[in-house]
Amino acid sequence: MTRSPVRLLARPEVGALVAALAIFAFFLAVAPAFRSTGALFTVLYQASTIGIVAVGVGLLMIGGEFDLSAGVVVTTAGLVNSLFCWWFGVNLWVGALLSLLVCLAIGFLNGWLVMRTGIPSFLITLGTFFVLQGVNLGVTKLVTGSVASANIADIDGFRSLQAVFAGNFGIGGVTVWTTVLFWVLFVAVAAWILHRTRPGNWIYAVGGAPESARAVGVPVVRTKIMLFMSVSFLGWFVGMHTLYRFNTLQAGNGVGNEFIYIIAAVVGGTLLTGGFGNAIGVAFGAFIFGMTNLGIVYAGWDPNWFKAFLGVMLLLAVSVNLYARKWGSR
Amino acid sequence: MGVPVIELAGVGKSYGPISALRDVSLTVDAGSVTCVLGDNGAGKSTLIKIMSGLHPHSEGTLTVDGTARVFGSPREALDLGIATVYQDLAVAPLMEVWRNFFLGSELTGGRFPFAGLRIKEMRRITDAALRDMGIEIDDIDRPIGTLSGGQRQGVAIARAVHFGARVLILDEPTAALGVKQSGAVLKQIAAARDRGLGVVFITHNPHHAYLVGDHFVVLKLGAAVLDARRAEVTLEELTLQMSGGDELQSLSEELSRPS
Repeated sequence: MTRSPVRLLARPEVGALVAALAIFAFFLAVAPAFRSTGALFTVLYQASTIGIVAVGVGLLMIGGEFDLSAGVVVTTAGLVNSLFCWWFGVNLWVGALLSLLVCLAIGFLNGWLVMRTGIPSFLITLGTFFVLQGVNLGVTKLVTGSVASANIADIDGFRSLQAVFAGNFGIGGVTVWTTVLFWVLFVAVAAWILHRTRPGNWIYAVGGAPESARAVGVPVVRTKIMLFMSVSFLGWFVGMHTLYRFNTLQAGNGVGNEFIYIIAAVVGGTLLTGGFGNAIGVAFGAFIFGMTNLGIVYAGWDPNWFKAFLGVMLLLAVSVNLYARKWGSR
Repeated sequence: MGVPVIELAGVGKSYGPISALRDVSLTVDAGSVTCVLGDNGAGKSTLIKIMSGLHPHSEGTLTVDGTARVFGSPREALDLGIATVYQDLAVAPLMEVWRNFFLGSELTGGRFPFAGLRIKEMRRITDAALRDMGIEIDDIDRPIGTLSGGQRQGVAIARAVHFGARVLILDEPTAALGVKQSGAVLKQIAAARDRGLGVVFITHNPHHAYLVGDHFVVLKLGAAVLDARRAEVTLEELTLQMSGGDELQSLSEELSRPS
């Protein structure tokens, strides 16, 4: 029962940790504005808005499925809350709850359709992605006459909801957004579920070998549907944050983020084919995203290059992970 | 011998208009090995699926401890103590040995939602259960995919024995193995039998079957062509049946060159 030190390298988060440290050192060197606690917490905030959904997407990918609707569902969550309450003039808490139910239903539907039809989740959620994208724009146009939701800052419940989802506090002259703390909490819970609970064991099994999992009595369908619902729950959470931070939403937002989540998960060592990965790795992946996103700005470069940089990061991280895993599992 | 653990009488299975298995009868007794032999497509897989609960049978009766059953899911068969070790070994290759060992039957402590896995205990039990079956693995934290085929087979068998299986169904456990590893698996079959388990050993190798078998059923094109106790059959007869018997005879005439 010995653990070899080399096997450490096979752990999914090690490659991402090394990459994160390297990029951190790089921006410390080239961007003077990067060298402050304030900048670090801005990076962490940026990372948290991606990282919260990404940890759900990571779990789902370990479970062997994709969710391409994870980006637009964030916007759907905010719009349902905002438009419903604005149109009917009801307390925003009612809308927030309604939005939660809608999101869980979307997650359930994604999972149920995938399990029921056997069609790959890539295609099913590509479908929901387009449906939601169209509905977001269409319904917003119908309700408000434009492609942005109305300002809801004067509706009852705004202050309390803002305190819950979009709060921040100062500590030693640095602004800390509560989303960062929620992110840490969600990652901790996800890590605990994955490694220390039965459903966690099942997530690895349904991703790595679904037929085998079923044969030994693992509830494959239930596990996968729960994963899809977790993603849409976390999407709802970030949707709430975006809405209560900015008061108003652009109906076309969120498109493209589904790939950022997948990138964070893959950079974090999650295997694209399922069955391998962990929550801490995905958190490092999101942190790398936040660092690159802001580091380019802090360094004074043209931010238009960001996507190119992200692509290179992805390729590098994937190769490093593959190499580390091969070396570690020899 | 008392009531057989499993008894199949006239069992058949049709997938739509295609009949995969017809009128097969066999018994599985505690502490004995029933060998099911057959070529590819003879109906062995269908027979396993029926006994393990993956597919319900469409004709005949399947009785467990004297009660007729039609399984709706593998869980139902498992709950009656019927464990199946599949050809593809029913393991998640990237998961650790101990996680695979306890997959679907994990030990937890505490109360929902704080029911954590009892990891230390599971690692210890896995190690002990493997040693009991004569399987030595240096590190049970290894991904099970890095073990040899024979070792993986051993883990799967030890797993079934540990979780109180009374019947062990083995789907071609020696098919992809070398001579030495096959030997190890046959020893594990004998060890399971000595512990009082009923073993269903599915194979197309009559030599392996004859080494451990107490009862032999040969399937051909979905029907049983031979059903005999050990005393009633010789290895030569078994081999002849398996290698095609009469068909081989006519094939040899067809292929023979005019002299």
